[in-house]
Amino acid sequence: MELLTNRAQIVERKPMTFAERIYLPGILKGLSITLGHIFTKRATYSYPKVKRQFSSTFRGLHILNRDEEGRERCTACGLCALACPAEAISMESAERTKGEEHLYREEKYAAKYEINMLRCIFCGLCEEACPKDAIYLTQTFAPSAFKRETFIYKKEDLVLPLDPAKQIAK
Amino acid sequence: MLLAITVSYLLGKAALIGAIVAVSLGLAMYSTWAERKVAAIMQDRVGPQRAGPFGLFQPLADGLKLFMKEEIIPNFANKFLFVLAPGLAMVCALMSSAVIMWAPDYTMADGTVYPFQVADINVGILFVFGIVSLGVYGIMIGGWASNNKYSVMGSMRAASQAISYELPMGLSLLALLMVTGDTSMRTIVQQQDSFLHMNVWKQPLAFIIYLVCAFAELNRAPFDMAECESELVGGYHTEYSSMKLGFFLFSEYINMFISSVIMACLFFGGYHYPGMDWVQAHAPQWVFVATCILATISKGIAFILFIIFVRWTLPRFRYDQLMNLGWKSLIPLALLNLLITCAVILKFFN
Repeated sequence: MELLTNRAQIVERKPMTFAERIYLPGILKGLSITLGHIFTKRATYSYPKVKRQFSSTFRGLHILNRDEEGRERCTACGLCALACPAEAISMESAERTKGEEHLYREEKYAAKYEINMLRCIFCGLCEEACPKDAIYLTQTFAPSAFKRETFIYKKEDLVLPLDPAKQIAK
Repeated sequence: MLLAITVSYLLGKAALIGAIVAVSLGLAMYSTWAERKVAAIMQDRVGPQRAGPFGLFQPLADGLKLFMKEEIIPNFANKFLFVLAPGLAMVCALMSSAVIMWAPDYTMADGTVYPFQVADINVGILFVFGIVSLGVYGIMIGGWASNNKYSVMGSMRAASQAISYELPMGLSLLALLMVTGDTSMRTIVQQQDSFLHMNVWKQPLAFIIYLVCAFAELNRAPFDMAECESELVGGYHTEYSSMKLGFFLFSEYINMFISSVIMACLFFGGYHYPGMDWVQAHAPQWVFVATCILATISKGIAFILFIIFVRWTLPRFRYDQLMNLGWKSLIPLALLNLLITCAVILKFFN
């Protein structure tokens, strides 16, 4: 048969030689390999005490960003929900009323914004779709919980907390 | 003098038996810890580390867990045999420790001699052999009484494995007995009074055969035909739960310790250690005896570590490979060893 790749290896099925049949050299070789592992580095992290460094491109929990003045950037346009392949995002929009200019950047804002973290596949397409730079994926992941409802993250779980300094100024 | 049984004699024996059982149980407990630690080290993990320093309380937690678990006896199991089997396995595991020579005799102030051996019977090795053969009954009865096909298959395999590997084991020991000229454990240990007099130098092939067969008799990987986790669910103890399962697992570890010590006694000089003559001359007698006991136990522990080490290195044998190795390699090899030993003894030591 014509080989399609150069990766194939032909397996030789010769009868075992005497050295192979008495097993001892093979066993000694195996023992020396496992003995060598006494001196190799452990791959374990003692998790809650020591946390692993994620890669710089790690995609974790979402965050809803604010602008420089602490106003929510999200305008509830729904592009993130549209881009989401897992249909994890749902939102309801509302109109900004007078006196709320310091809270929302534009006339429309998200009254409700929910992400189901059990549906989310952390692909980051919402981040790419957002025209207002409002949604970002962070370097943390969802903590474990006993109830499914806990994994539906509400707006208050997602919006970036205000800078304490700005909260006082307001 | 042979039947001079007094109260102090009985008390002394009871104390020794109690100490041996306690040490065996304790070491078996920590063998499970060592098993997990060694496995972890071979696989670049850290192993148990949360329960106490270095996870040293892990065996206690495991034991407590086994006691707390629900005890299940299958409806169609033979209840009497089902309960009897783990106990039988445990008793057989502990019984073979009776002939082990732990240390030299202790001479008390009034001249009475206290031997650190429960029973100095002149057919010591044959006794060990008999008990080891009985050990498979626990497994057989357990598998049979469970009324489960996997259990029966596991116990059948265990039985055929035990029979196949007892033959080369016996043949290899036969060669050893021709060299020592005695079957009493006491004599065999006392003969090996220095590093060069260890039986392993006189009978290296017998030692290798004995070691391989010991793995098989212990039902340890690579010869784990009794359990076959990858084929037969849990083998003979599939239906067992709670401390009855614990007894089966525990008896395996006790067997491991006892047979390690027996191996140390037969081939590696038992309680002898380098520099013991100096200790005997310069230290009080109890220090000397204590160091000898320590020497015996540490030789045993070294063997336990080796057995664990092999388990986590080698893949398991298939059933037919196991039989091939036993009947076609080890028995001819043991016979050849016997023949060579005969020839050498006839030619040079006759």
